[in-house]
Amino acid sequence: MNSADFEMEIELLIDAIYRKYHYDFREYAMASLKRRLRTAMLRFDCSTLSQLQDRVLHEPATFPMLLDFLTVQVSEMFRDPGYFRALREQVIPLLRTYPSLKIWVAGCSTGEEAFSLAILLREENLLERTQIYATDINVRALEMAETGIYDVDRIAGFTDNHRLSGSKTSLSDYYTAAYGKVVFDRTLKEHIVFSDHSLATDSVFSEVQLVSCRNVLIYFNRELQDRALGLFEGALCRKGFLGLGAKESVRFSAHADDFIEVARENKIFQKRGSI
Amino acid sequence: MAADLLRRSIDAIVIGASSGGVEAISALLPALTETMRVSIFIVLHVPRDRPSGLVELFNYKCVLPVREAQDKEPVENGTVYIAPPDYHLLLDKGPRLALSCDEPVHYSRPAIDCLFESAADIYQNRLLGIILTGGNEDGAAGLAAVKNAGGVTIVQQPDTAQMSVMPAAALKRCTPDFVLPLVDIVKFFTDLKNGF
Ligand SMILES: C[S@@+](CC[C@H](N)C(=O)[O-])C[C@H]1O[C@@H](n2cnc3c(N)ncnc32)[C@H](O)[C@@H]1O
Repeated sequence: MNSADFEMEIELLIDAIYRKYHYDFREYAMASLKRRLRTAMLRFDCSTLSQLQDRVLHEPATFPMLLDFLTVQVSEMFRDPGYFRALREQVIPLLRTYPSLKIWVAGCSTGEEAFSLAILLREENLLERTQIYATDINVRALEMAETGIYDVDRIAGFTDNHRLSGSKTSLSDYYTAAYGKVVFDRTLKEHIVFSDHSLATDSVFSEVQLVSCRNVLIYFNRELQDRALGLFEGALCRKGFLGLGAKESVRFSAHADDFIEVARENKIFQKRGSI
Repeated sequence: MAADLLRRSIDAIVIGASSGGVEAISALLPALTETMRVSIFIVLHVPRDRPSGLVELFNYKCVLPVREAQDKEPVENGTVYIAPPDYHLLLDKGPRLALSCDEPVHYSRPAIDCLFESAADIYQNRLLGIILTGGNEDGAAGLAAVKNAGGVTIVQQPDTAQMSVMPAAALKRCTPDFVLPLVDIVKFFTDLKNGF
């Protein structure tokens, strides 16, 4: 199919979604969106995107399913162990100085990153005074996150990552396995609130000491990245920390001057004290 | 032999390989010359959990600058970009580089299909796609996309490749413009020089 026509159909679809469902994908990076929408057309058995748009507008069950193509639900516990190690070594000592802690995991997908942080904080004896807000726009992912249940065949990878993150305990201390699934300890979940929040359309909801937003900005264009980074800047307390994904940075954004790099390789930044 | 196809100009080359690819690409890169204006994008399947060392290695083999692809970086002429481990490399309007952590394709991230399909969208018939040695079927769909968009396509002759699965899969999926042993792909590059 002609690629210019396809892009036009993508724009129309995204506009329709915005107007009907108020999900805003207008400033997402095009290349990977394109690829995922091609896959969606096959899955929904539509030969054009306009056909798919028709279904999105007229069949209520279609949009929630399409959301799984518009967003990318790929996650892991302790993904990039070096990041968690850097948090442990460079951020935790400062977080320890606060009497109570609030942490925002933005774009938490099915919960792996939030549970990883909860485990890390428990190892550091900080979880009891911590509230983690984990947000995403994919409601089905949030529902799965809420259960704290993962397939047992993913645990070997999670365990390796956890070990490489400089862990002080064994990952198996935090879950029980049954019927091909593992269930994470309910006492971790007590410190996490999962909720629906969009970096594209919603605003700041709390002051926090740490924002962890990994592999989300990569899907945004520069303008939307600036918006999201503006929210993080607004939510963080003075000298609060921001952790991003391995291929993300504040460096080229409008907010570059609001942050200093504390762990360059591991993409951890700190909000400046004052100017 | 390349003369006809290359009377039209090529702005970009995409190269995909898996096992045996380090050697194959190391043989190709020395054929590039400083005067080339073309941008080159390479996906080579690498282990996900450590730096690949490819940038250093390939820089050593090549007079053009070789860099690891960065998300949203504008594409420069005369530069070789390598996909980083554990991310897909795509081309976006601009042209700009784009990385994504979407699901692996054919168990691979980076995947050749992602690069080739997105490059075909951006460069259309000004693209040259090359599939080299490898042990899985990634790249076959991508090469077909390059061909559909009117680009030039080359597949390494399977019985001359260290691993024949990848080039054979590409041949099954589409009929490329050229099926060549590595030495002739190197020659093709040398012939191209004038075309660029
Ligand atoms: C690739 S996953 C990253 C998951 C996790 N942070 C990690 O690094 O493993 C990207 C997540 O961002 C979410 N997302 C996409 N657009 C968003 C938006 N506008 N606001 C909040 N989350 C968003 C997706 O639904 C998806 O769960």
